[in-house]
Amino acid sequence: MKTVKLIKIDVDKCNGCRACESICSAFHAAPKYSSTNPERSRIRVLFDPLKNIYVPVIAGEYTEAECNGRNIYTINEMEYDECSFCRASCPSRDLFKEPDSGLPLKCDMCEEKSPEEEPLCVQWCINDALTYEEKEEEGEEEEKPREMEVGLESLVKKYGAKTVRDTLARITKG
Amino acid sequence: MRYAETGVNLEIDLSRGSIEREASDPRLTELHLGGLGTNARILWDRVPPEVEPFSPDNLLIFSAGLLAGTSATGANRTIVSAVSPQTLLMAYSIMGGFWAPELKFAGYDKVIIRGKSPNLVYLWINGDKVEIRDASHLQGKSSLETAELIRQELKEPKAQVATIGLAGENKVYFASIEQGRSSASRGGIGAVMGDKGLKAIAVRGKKDLNIARPDEFIGLCNEVLQYIQFRRDNPVRGVPPILAGLGSPQEMSIHDEEWHTTSFSWGNARYRRKDFWTKETAKKWSKVQDKAVERLISCYNCPMECGAVIAHPSLGLPKFMMKCYSKLTYVMGAMTDNLEFGFKITGDAQGYGVDGYTTPQVMAFAVELYENGILTDKELPGFPSKNENRFFYLLEKIARREGIGDVLANGVYWAARQIGKGAEEYDHNTIKKQEQIPIKLGMLNPIYYIMWSTGEKVNITQIEGQLPQAPFLTKMLREEFVGDWIQVPTGKEERFKRFILEWGDKDTGLPFWPPLDLVFDLVEWQETMHYIDDATGICAGLSSFPIKPPYHIHNLPKLISSATGLDIDEDKLWEIAKRNRNLLRAINIRRGMRRKDERPPEDHWRKRFPEFEVKIQDEYYKFKGWNNEGIPTKETLDGLGLDYVSQDFEQRGVYKEGKVKVTKQDSLKSEKAKVAKKGSKKGKSQGSKQ
Repeated sequence: MKTVKLIKIDVDKCNGCRACESICSAFHAAPKYSSTNPERSRIRVLFDPLKNIYVPVIAGEYTEAECNGRNIYTINEMEYDECSFCRASCPSRDLFKEPDSGLPLKCDMCEEKSPEEEPLCVQWCINDALTYEEKEEEGEEEEKPREMEVGLESLVKKYGAKTVRDTLARITKG
Repeated sequence: MRYAETGVNLEIDLSRGSIEREASDPRLTELHLGGLGTNARILWDRVPPEVEPFSPDNLLIFSAGLLAGTSATGANRTIVSAVSPQTLLMAYSIMGGFWAPELKFAGYDKVIIRGKSPNLVYLWINGDKVEIRDASHLQGKSSLETAELIRQELKEPKAQVATIGLAGENKVYFASIEQGRSSASRGGIGAVMGDKGLKAIAVRGKKDLNIARPDEFIGLCNEVLQYIQFRRDNPVRGVPPILAGLGSPQEMSIHDEEWHTTSFSWGNARYRRKDFWTKETAKKWSKVQDKAVERLISCYNCPMECGAVIAHPSLGLPKFMMKCYSKLTYVMGAMTDNLEFGFKITGDAQGYGVDGYTTPQVMAFAVELYENGILTDKELPGFPSKNENRFFYLLEKIARREGIGDVLANGVYWAARQIGKGAEEYDHNTIKKQEQIPIKLGMLNPIYYIMWSTGEKVNITQIEGQLPQAPFLTKMLREEFVGDWIQVPTGKEERFKRFILEWGDKDTGLPFWPPLDLVFDLVEWQETMHYIDDATGICAGLSSFPIKPPYHIHNLPKLISSATGLDIDEDKLWEIAKRNRNLLRAINIRRGMRRKDERPPEDHWRKRFPEFEVKIQDEYYKFKGWNNEGIPTKETLDGLGLDYVSQDFEQRGVYKEGKVKVTKQDSLKSEKAKVAKKGSKKGKSQGSKQ
């Protein structure tokens, strides 16, 4: 059995305040809480007030390719671009990328926090647009890639292993 | 490294088309914090009193509060300052929303604008890249549409846009700066922006905002959030629902409007309708509101839901975002029972960019002039017969400055004098030339007398707060209230709590209770907390305005210190607020404000006590360290490190002139006599009894 961590998102309760972004970026600053910058947050609220779109999206996998074509969803007579619900860090938009390095960001469910605590975005959403649940599922626990691995992997995919190795060797020399 | 602030201001000269980045002086942060405090300092230093509001030398300053953009809940406010075309004093207006945090993330604390652009332009601040761009295609566009068009043409949906509408372009004296769900509306700063040829400022930022002592700071932020949750679960008992919680009044979610509709005046600040709120009205209005409100919304990093997206299919209007009391101002000004009208006209008014407080009052004033034959069909051709339609008619005229609209666009005070023919008599709700909240009560209230008279902000909601509006009815409720009243300043606990415990007893009637020394302390506390918020950019709705807020004089010094690295305790913070308060006053004094201007309208309360009012004012001025003209004395200024102000006053002969023009008690008496005469002439229109 493995534990699946769930952040449930109720878009009807989201008021678009972005407290989740603020606390997420602060937590992931180094040293912890030493700065705030929503651009570094692994959760972003995609919103368009006049279209009543308020969707907190939590950073998922990095992908090197854009989607082939796009889809439009119509929900309650409102049109949503598929990207409104997509979690990927991808080339088609500047979401979920470190602002200075461009490296992809991915939610770690606040990995370093003690396991019994809820992720911080959930704790800071006192309107309960975000709630947390753990559930048991069939299957094995997997080793999850660490944050740096996610970043390096994306660089390897983009530039090739050799270039990354050479560059690393050059900049760490001396 | 600078903490909580970026340490960089943008200096824009629209006459020259120049853009410069200037490092700000960290000592000014120590002295004034930021926001309103440092804005005042810049205006004092760089805008001499001869500068007219529509001079290229008038500065228009957009400032993020010191803590805006940090993780402190509700720290999101933009403080906009300039010389006001309406009051001719320092105008500042404060808006929430998302603009200030974005400015910080772009790497700036303030945008300081001088000069005038020959053509309409907008400013695009994209981090380090700053451009002045043509806005001729945005001329006349509504505020919401402008913001949308700018985001589209920049291909930057996350850009935050502060913009004027048509009213700002036409320099309406009460034009606002709109930001989607928030607006900076007071003092006509939208007109100053229009005069500068600046349609909008769009901003986008991706930089870090640093915190000096992260662990301490985030611990305090967590406590604040927990207290908000606690207050949500424990509304204050014994007060009307609209006052029981946090935020600016939660008028988008709360349906019970008995307090506003029955306490505030309708029409041109004329009539109280004490029996307005019936079960039937409650039912009808709830239905309209539930239909109109599509979603409750917040400002940056705040769980309160003071705003709403309004979508009203039956009205067929484009959507807009509304907040707070604007739901009622037009309805009550137009003397209509139709809440739908309120939603409809507010959308239009916001599109044009006009102040939701002043505008309905100007229109109600015009309606009264028409009904009394001062304005006629000549000035108001085709004037509809129904008040609601009249308001739509007047809104168009004012925003376009068409016909009589060109006069009304200057606000009640100036319009009354331009129209003449006795129109001045109908200007009975302005202080320092600005329309006030229409609340005319029975018995003089010394606490409010001082705040209405001497507040630099000329706007009671930016001065008052923390105190219940009426005594608690039972001993039990009073004791419950003081039981966890942690917000009271150190050293004042016993007196302030006793005030609550005694208030409502037999011998505690206004106006001679509470004693003046307690009155002054209560006023100073309320006002000081606002001055702190206006510098930090923390929303008054979580701090200085509601009863029992999560931010208070005990946690704010720690919060500011841990965020900025400055070493500030309760006393020091109080002193900074005092310094800012006196500097603001100094700007206005230098611009000619004197004791004669510091007086609520004659009918503000039905029962007035002229001699007592003189005494209140004399003693309050003394308490504040001001002379009898309300001018801060040399000792007061020098004690706050404002010796450059006292020197300037001495050079200009401000003190000498002050001594000559002492207001005599006699003059107040004669004013009082005049009022009595007016009152008998007007009879019924003086409002109902309290």
